[in-house]
Amino acid sequence: MASTANLAKHWGKAAVFFSLLFSLLIPIVASAQVDTFEFETEEQQKRFRTLSNELRCPMCQNSSLSGSSGGVAEDLRREVYLMIMDGKSDREIMQFMYERYGDFILFRPRLTAETVLLWFGPLIFLAIGGFVGFGIWRRARKVNDKDVELDASQQERLQKLLDNKS
Amino acid sequence: MSKLKFYLPVFGFIVVGIALWRGLYLDPKTLPSMLIDKPMPAFQLMTVDGKEVTNEALPEQIFLLNVWGSYCLPCLIEHPTLMRLSEEGEIPVVGVNYRDRQDLALNWLQENGNPFVFSILDEDGRFGIDLGVYGAPETYLVDSNGVIRFRHVSVLDETVWQEQFLPAISELRNGRGE
Amino acid sequence: MIPEVGQFSLILALFLSIVLGTLPIVGAYQNNYIWMSLARPLSAGVFVFLGISTAILAYAFLTDDFSVRFVAEHSNSLLPDRYKFTAVWGGHEGSFLLWTFMLSAWMLAVAIFSKAMPLEFVARVLGVLGFLITGYILFMLATSNPFDRIVPLPPANGADLNSALQDFGFIIHPPTLYMGYVGFSVVFAFAMAALLSGKMDAAWARWCRPWANVSWAVLTLGIALGSWWAYYELGWGGWWAWDPVENPPLITWLFGTALIHSLAVTEKRGVFKSWTVLLAILAFSGSLLGTFITRSGLLTSVHAFASDPSRGFFILAILGITVGGALLLFAFRAPLMKSEFGFDLVSREILLLANNVVLVVAAASVFLGTLFPMVYQGLTGDLISIGPPYFNAIFIPLMALLVVLLAIGPFCRWKRTSPAFLIQQLSKVGIAALGLGVALPLIVIQELSISATIAVALSAWIVLSILKDFSIKTANKDSLLKGLKALPYNYYGMQTAHMGMAIMLIGVALTSTFSSEKSVLLSPGEEVELADYTFQFGGTYPVNGPNYVGNEALFTVMKGGNELTTLHPQSRVYLATGTPSTEMAIDAGFLRDLFITLGEEKGNDAWSMTIYVKPFVRWIWLGALFMMFGGFLAAADKRYRRLRRKQTESARDKARPKSMGEELQASS
Repeated sequence: MASTANLAKHWGKAAVFFSLLFSLLIPIVASAQVDTFEFETEEQQKRFRTLSNELRCPMCQNSSLSGSSGGVAEDLRREVYLMIMDGKSDREIMQFMYERYGDFILFRPRLTAETVLLWFGPLIFLAIGGFVGFGIWRRARKVNDKDVELDASQQERLQKLLDNKS
Repeated sequence: MSKLKFYLPVFGFIVVGIALWRGLYLDPKTLPSMLIDKPMPAFQLMTVDGKEVTNEALPEQIFLLNVWGSYCLPCLIEHPTLMRLSEEGEIPVVGVNYRDRQDLALNWLQENGNPFVFSILDEDGRFGIDLGVYGAPETYLVDSNGVIRFRHVSVLDETVWQEQFLPAISELRNGRGE
Repeated sequence: MIPEVGQFSLILALFLSIVLGTLPIVGAYQNNYIWMSLARPLSAGVFVFLGISTAILAYAFLTDDFSVRFVAEHSNSLLPDRYKFTAVWGGHEGSFLLWTFMLSAWMLAVAIFSKAMPLEFVARVLGVLGFLITGYILFMLATSNPFDRIVPLPPANGADLNSALQDFGFIIHPPTLYMGYVGFSVVFAFAMAALLSGKMDAAWARWCRPWANVSWAVLTLGIALGSWWAYYELGWGGWWAWDPVENPPLITWLFGTALIHSLAVTEKRGVFKSWTVLLAILAFSGSLLGTFITRSGLLTSVHAFASDPSRGFFILAILGITVGGALLLFAFRAPLMKSEFGFDLVSREILLLANNVVLVVAAASVFLGTLFPMVYQGLTGDLISIGPPYFNAIFIPLMALLVVLLAIGPFCRWKRTSPAFLIQQLSKVGIAALGLGVALPLIVIQELSISATIAVALSAWIVLSILKDFSIKTANKDSLLKGLKALPYNYYGMQTAHMGMAIMLIGVALTSTFSSEKSVLLSPGEEVELADYTFQFGGTYPVNGPNYVGNEALFTVMKGGNELTTLHPQSRVYLATGTPSTEMAIDAGFLRDLFITLGEEKGNDAWSMTIYVKPFVRWIWLGALFMMFGGFLAAADKRYRRLRRKQTESARDKARPKSMGEELQASS
């Protein structure tokens, strides 16, 4: 418990500093950003929107560049715009961002040795689920067949009952 | 064997529980810098005093690069530490005036004191992007070859200086030379 | 003085819940009638005292009592009264009190509507719920007391409620969400009662189902309200962000959906017993996980309350004791619950099993994506982000698979269905669905769109199969009307909910594919065109609100030369804190939404703004409403309201060979 108290103190200090740090720079959730960039083609505008959604705002609480106002987010959107107009490809733009802000800024995690489990996890889950489901069905079918088949003596009794009924 | 499978959920839960418990000790908000062990980005910009500078102007020894702004409250809090470091000649401090206005920046330095050898003027934040800055104040430790070795985000007070910067500096001095 | 009464009331509730969490459960073991019958009155007592506490907190807000720290942090004298009331859940301490109070409301409901259940069972259920409430109240008193005072000098005024929360959506979303979320504690308690007694029969499943269905329906509504609120509050047309605080309710919902289907199998066929219990525990743990993530600062999120690790550890302890204890009990007792009925490869059981597999895989995947960044950071020290691109890539294919299965399920009979019958019924539906999928988009937008085709085809697959099933189920009756009247509420519930899926699917797919937006700088008198609509900017004028000032803009929307409507977006600054915010103006339509978000004034009365046209976006929430109605309908089925059912009658019923009509009726 003592270590928790120390931890709480440390975190408390960090919380104060971070709230000061971010108090002036944090974008307000309820104010959506509005840039007025001029694009030459429809495709460029689409690319801008897609890229702004794929990149995370480095200083916000888990929003994309397109969903944040003020600060670094504004600057980064401007950079994306300039790079699109400059003819850079989507890959080059993402690479640019990655070089400066790392994996944090990419909302779609890169496929690396460390993220293999992340990307293939759901597939593995599905395989396990299918396997388990198959096993359940097999057991159920055995029970099913069992209660449908009658042995010889039961067949006789059944026949007698049917004969009696009719 | 078939009875053991009923223990799988509990086992899974214990693993998740341990992960969550460990997770409480992590700080998910501080981004590690991508520029560690990489050279300072090339620049050709003005200082707040109106002089033109490039990478050549940077000190040829270990120095601090401090990202600040006149609007930034924590920058004011860490200001005394920076003043002390510069006045006692312990380490040169180069400033990056980030997303600010030149006149406001000069006023701020006038009112509070100027610990910086010079301050690069980065009004539109473009240089900050090359550094990977995401919010002032940030301080970089740069070695004598202009290679970034360490970044601290948020206030640089005496405790941070003692506990984080001094060990990093001595490691540089011992390991990789002045 | 009064806030102290609130705290005292909380302590009284604690004592009562401690007794409730122990005596009735022990009483059930020892067959002690007196201890067992304490459960119902104790539940009522806990409810009353928690209600008093909550009411007193609301009173503190409404009387501007800024000596109470929670009130000072989340209110202001200028705040309109209705937001003073809702500020009760505007922060961690108050919202947790609301959470606990709602759990006690559910507990009271169980105490009242449980006459058909044996006392031993009811005692266990209420005891488990009382045990949960004990943990929650201890948490509040130890780490998050809403009645803490500021001493010695209370502030003259409060810090105001976050401007984003001063909104209608905030009045309804959190209470509804909590109501649904917390409802799964009831199903959990039912499951625990089954484990504690070591028995589970079809009666258990029959008692459990209405509670599960209602919780699920309310949770569906709660999540939908959150999505709708985010859409019009945030101002950029997003309605689901895969945020770490949004995901746990979704995980609970996915487990909950699997649970209500699994319960159907357990009730009808007596199989999947231990699996159903496990699902109940998992759904409940989803709700605790949400509490943990939101209040511990574990993950970065726009929704998170101010974080405090001591709270995190406490909630983790609650999680460990309740879920860990439940899963341990599960390991001991579940093997005793054997099911002995079999079923064939093509049968309703198999389809529902497949449904469960897909839903559980989806829940596990969302869970993986939500917690992976934390695990990654713990192991490598680096930060990664997992956002919509990942989640959409994983979730959408799984949902498509679910939708394909969804149409097939209702056609299957229990135990065995002839594959030939299925193919005969569904091949026509399939072809028709594909045809519609290709034809409709071509007709409406005159171009080929893969995503629109897939969406329309899948949706038609569901809708047409529903119609087909109705026609089969009413085929033998004298008239269509008689046939429809004979179908049980349960059946209507299922089809309504499935229809909801079809509607929501269209909304999600079409709005994602065909939404358009444009950002411009306009001076008064200028206009901009987007997707067949023309927006004329008429300038701005100042406005004054109760606790804000700002500018309101006038827009006239035209289509084909005719004036459609006017829109009045605002840009505000809240007086207490100086925070700016925008209020977008929406013209909501059945087939499309139009909305405008103001940016800033850029000199000479010119304003930057963004215009959005979003087709079919309302169908997302309309679909959710259908699902909710379906859940309520299913819970209202007559069989749950029948007071007694003779044992012999039902046993004889099962053994007798059934006519086609009866079989169809029973299989719904």
